[in-house]
Parts: sequence; C-alpha cells; structure tokens
Amino acid sequence: MTSIQTALPGRSARVRRSPRVGALTGASGLGLGVALLWFSLLVLIPLAAVVATAVAGGWENFASALNNEQTMAAVRLTVTQSAVVTVVNVFMGTTIAWVLVRDRFWGKPVLDVVIDIPFALPTIVAGLVLLALYGYESPLGINVANTEKAVFLALAFVTLPFVVRTVQPVLEELERDVEEAAASLGASRLTTFRRVILPSLVPAIAAGAALSFARGISEYGSLVLLSGNLPLRTEVASVRVLTYIENGDAASAAAVATVMLAIALAVIVLLDIIQRRVARRD
Amino acid sequence: MNLRSRVAAAATAAGLLALAACGGGASAGDGGSGETQLSLVGFAVPEAANKAIAEKWAQTEEGAGVSWQTSYGASGDQSRAVEAGLEADYVHFSLEGDVTRLVDAGLVAEDWNAGENKGIVSQSTVVLVVRKGNPKNIQRWDDIVKPGVGIVTPNPGSSGSARWNILGAWGHVIANGGTEDDAKAFLTKFFENTVALPGSGRDATTAFTSGNGDVLISYENEAILARASGEDFEYIVPDDTLLIENPGAVLKNADPKAQAWLDYLLTEEAQTEFAKNGFRPLVEGIDVEVPGANDPTNPFPEPAKLLTIDGDFGGWSEANDKFFDEESGIVPAIQKETGKQ
Repeated sequence: MTSIQTALPGRSARVRRSPRVGALTGASGLGLGVALLWFSLLVLIPLAAVVATAVAGGWENFASALNNEQTMAAVRLTVTQSAVVTVVNVFMGTTIAWVLVRDRFWGKPVLDVVIDIPFALPTIVAGLVLLALYGYESPLGINVANTEKAVFLALAFVTLPFVVRTVQPVLEELERDVEEAAASLGASRLTTFRRVILPSLVPAIAAGAALSFARGISEYGSLVLLSGNLPLRTEVASVRVLTYIENGDAASAAAVATVMLAIALAVIVLLDIIQRRVARRD
Repeated sequence: MNLRSRVAAAATAAGLLALAACGGGASAGDGGSGETQLSLVGFAVPEAANKAIAEKWAQTEEGAGVSWQTSYGASGDQSRAVEAGLEADYVHFSLEGDVTRLVDAGLVAEDWNAGENKGIVSQSTVVLVVRKGNPKNIQRWDDIVKPGVGIVTPNPGSSGSARWNILGAWGHVIANGGTEDDAKAFLTKFFENTVALPGSGRDATTAFTSGNGDVLISYENEAILARASGEDFEYIVPDDTLLIENPGAVLKNADPKAQAWLDYLLTEEAQTEFAKNGFRPLVEGIDVEVPGANDPTNPFPEPAKLLTIDGDFGGWSEANDKFFDEESGIVPAIQKETGKQ
C-alpha cells in the first residue's frame, strides 16, 4: 500500500506538467495501473516477444519465410476467407441481432442462448462436429471436406457470435421514438433504417467485424480436421506457423505471426476509420 | 518512487503467478505414498503401455514405492516444453530429434544413445490401413498411388511423426532398386493422391474413420489400438516397410530411480506390455496375444524387408535435412508441385 501512496505525488507532478490531461484520483490511478500491468503481462509483452523473435531472425530470414510460396498461399487463403466470413457476418450477424431484439417468436430465448455455443465449444470439438456434419459421411448430403469451403465453414461457425453480440445491446437501447418520428415525417421504412438506425449500429457492427476477422485469421482447431491442410490449397497460416515450429525454425514462425498481426492491426484500424466516417456523416 | 511502485506491482504479479504454478503442480501429482516421485514426459500414443509397465515395475524391488507424475502430448510439443523448463526425469518421444533437442539444451547426456538399444525403447512399423473388406484391393505400396485411390496421412510439416510414413514410401522405391528420381516420381503420385493431411497421427485416424480417403498411412500400433477399441478397418503390413523407433532417455539431473526405470523398460517383462499394446517388442521370443492385431496370435508378421532410419537413410539428422527442410527439402518441393495442380 505504501508504494501506491508514494506513487501519487509522481503522478500529480506529471499532471502539472501537462495540464490538459485530467488529474487522476488515487482510485482511478490504481485502476489504470492494474489495467496496464495486466494488459502488458497478457498482451503487450508476448506480442513484443513475437516481433522480437522475428526481427532477431534477421531480414533475410523474414524475407525467405515470406517468399515461400506455400506460406504465401496459406496467408492469402486465411486472409481471403476471413474477409469473406467477416462480410457475411456483418449481414447475417446484424440480421440475427435484429430478429432477436425486434421480433417475437417461439423459441427465441433458446436461440438467444444457443448463439454463444461457438464461443463455448472447444475448437477441436467444433471441428469434429463439422467433420461429422459436412464431411464425407454428411447426413445432410453436404460434403465440403478438404476444400476451401471447409475453411469458410469453420471460420463462419466460430465467428458467428461476434457481430450478433456487439449489435444486439445497441439495438436494444435504441429509442423507438426516433424511428416513429422519422416515419411521421414521411420517411419510408428503408430510409428510416438507412438514415436513422444504421448509423447508430455501425460502430457496433465495425467492432464485431474486427473481432470476427481477427479471430478468423488466427483460427486453427476447428478447421484442421475438415480442411485437410493441403499445401497451396486448403492450408491456413496457423498450420504454417506450426510447421516452422516443428522444424525448429522459431524465427520464420514468428515472421509469419508478425505478418498476421500486422494484417489484423491494419484491418482493425481500417474498420475504425470507416466507423468514424459514418459517425461523422451522421 | 513511481518505479518502485511498478516494481512492487510486478513482484506481486510474479508472486501470484508462481503461486498459481505451484498450485497447479501440486494438484497434478497423483498423491502416491511413494518415497520417490518420477516425472514422465512423453508422446501420447504409448500412455497405456507405460501405465501398464509402471504397474509391473511397482511390484519389483527397484520400482516399489515410486509414484508418477505424467504428461502426454504431441512429441515435438512435449520436447519443446521440457526444453523450456517442464520438469522431467524420463522422456519418451516419437522421434530421435526430440531427444536431440534436449541434448543440445544440455538436459540429456550426449551418450544417451550409446547403449545396445541405441536409446530406442519402443518399436512399430509403417502400415497401410484400409476400409473393411479392402474394397480397393490395396496390398502393397504400389497400390496406393494408382489413380482413384485417396490417401490420408498426417501432415509431414506440422507432425514430426508423419515423417516415418513419407520415408516409408520413399524407402519402398529405393529398396526395390529404384533410383532417387523414381522415388521422387513415386512421392509425386503419392501426394497427388493425398486427400487430407491432418495435423497428427490421431487426427488422421479420425479423418479416415469419418470417411476421408481409401487408405490411411499409419503406424502398426495405432492401427492395432484403434481396432482393439472397436474400429472395423483392416491394415496391411507391406512386404517392405520402415521400422519406427521411439527413443527414451533419462535427464541429466534426474532421480537415480529414472535410470532403473529405463533399464527395466528393456526387460522382457516390460517389452511384453509394449507388445500387448501393439508395439513390436525389442526383445526376441516374446509370445503374446495382441487384441486388435490382424492375427492376434501372430501379431507382428516379419516383413520381407524392414528398412531402418540409420541403415537406409543415414539417421534422422541427415534425413531431416534432405527430405523435410522447408527451403531445400525434397518433400516440401514435391508438395508445392502437386499442390498447384
């Protein structure tokens, strides 16, 4: 406790130097410290270690890992399928959230709970279920095993809840009065949705899309059984990372991981920009 | 001041983490009343055999009172975990390279494989698993590269143990007087026919039993184990196949009992337990019934030609460089070529 108290003058000194920053009270200073420490231990330090390992391997190693045809094909497949799945999620997730909030139907509470199952299921179990349902012995007659569609399917399965769960609470909070006002002013339902509802949902949709994409490019467990890991065809980036690790080439593994991190970051920033644009236009 | 608070916070966090780690370790122990506790870290497949052998060993003078803490998983992952500090007295891996990693890290003595058994504690062979009734009539290696035969084999990139299978296919061509070019052509056809490359041997069995492909390249012990637990596929031991050799080693700073355990593993008694679980015994003259084998009373038919890594491939170190190097290896190159089609 003493160490925390002694820390306070230091903070207030810094605040004095930059008066624009609001002064932190003791409690919020402690909160910020705990949050930063926890975040550093779990995220910042491990990420820095990945990047450091990649850099320590040297640029040559980095370049040769990325020039590897098989690796590039895997990265391309992973990013493309994650992007497609994210676009599908934006539409399907928003629709599901809409149905859950605005419609009344039998079994709605059940559906509301079941949506989270892809979160709860261990990914390898998800993979087994998908293999049983959409593999060679599919009871539905749909066989996507060992094709790109298998990658899409597995990613769509595990990322389904993201957009639903980010959009749903926002939709619940939305005032119906505004919609009624728009309607009484002569706006069509479509115009009301486009001009009134959608702008309020965009930040939530963007956040859900970012989560969905980031989860997609890192997925491994749920798709390896169904996709068959065929080089240049159905092999995803995380399988390449595992291959490098198995070969004792940590630097190349870290290089691929760093590229995936950079792509994820770029997409998250892009979605954030889109969301701000939309918000401003509103 | 600020720094001190950060250090204090970091120390607290580290303390909590250490506490959590200790808690985890303690609860993982099996609470045996023995005076000695040994840690076994191994690949997943021989878990049942090791357990049975440990029970037998406990009845001997040497093994009495020893309790075990075991950890099983993918061979490469387990080896990297020990390298990174996972406590182990005895390790049992699928591939020699996983022990070599620990030798390089200074955890296992350089002469670990100097004994008569060359560090090997369990053996098996590469076999061809086919569907019940063998509808595609697969009897030998040449049959699996025929058009229209779908092959499932674990991924030689991400699964180290999958390499036995690929080398078995290569060795088949060379053993029959083929040139390296013939072997490359054979492997090209092999990968053209490959419909799935699951992450591990067990994943490959799962993929095969759920309908993928016509033939699964697997290990004899894996096929026997799956059949013993109710799978109704068949397996074929080709006339020429590769001997799979799994190394075991004691760590430098292990409890002395660990060496006694390793010695015991090579006895007839212990090898009989391995045999019961589908592994080819290292000791001759073991007569045991093996449920799950094609012929339980003659479970391990001798192939006409049994290739070995040391005898036919110049050892793992050479084979890994030649076949599996990501940039210059023969196998990744063939996989790239066939992947484009």
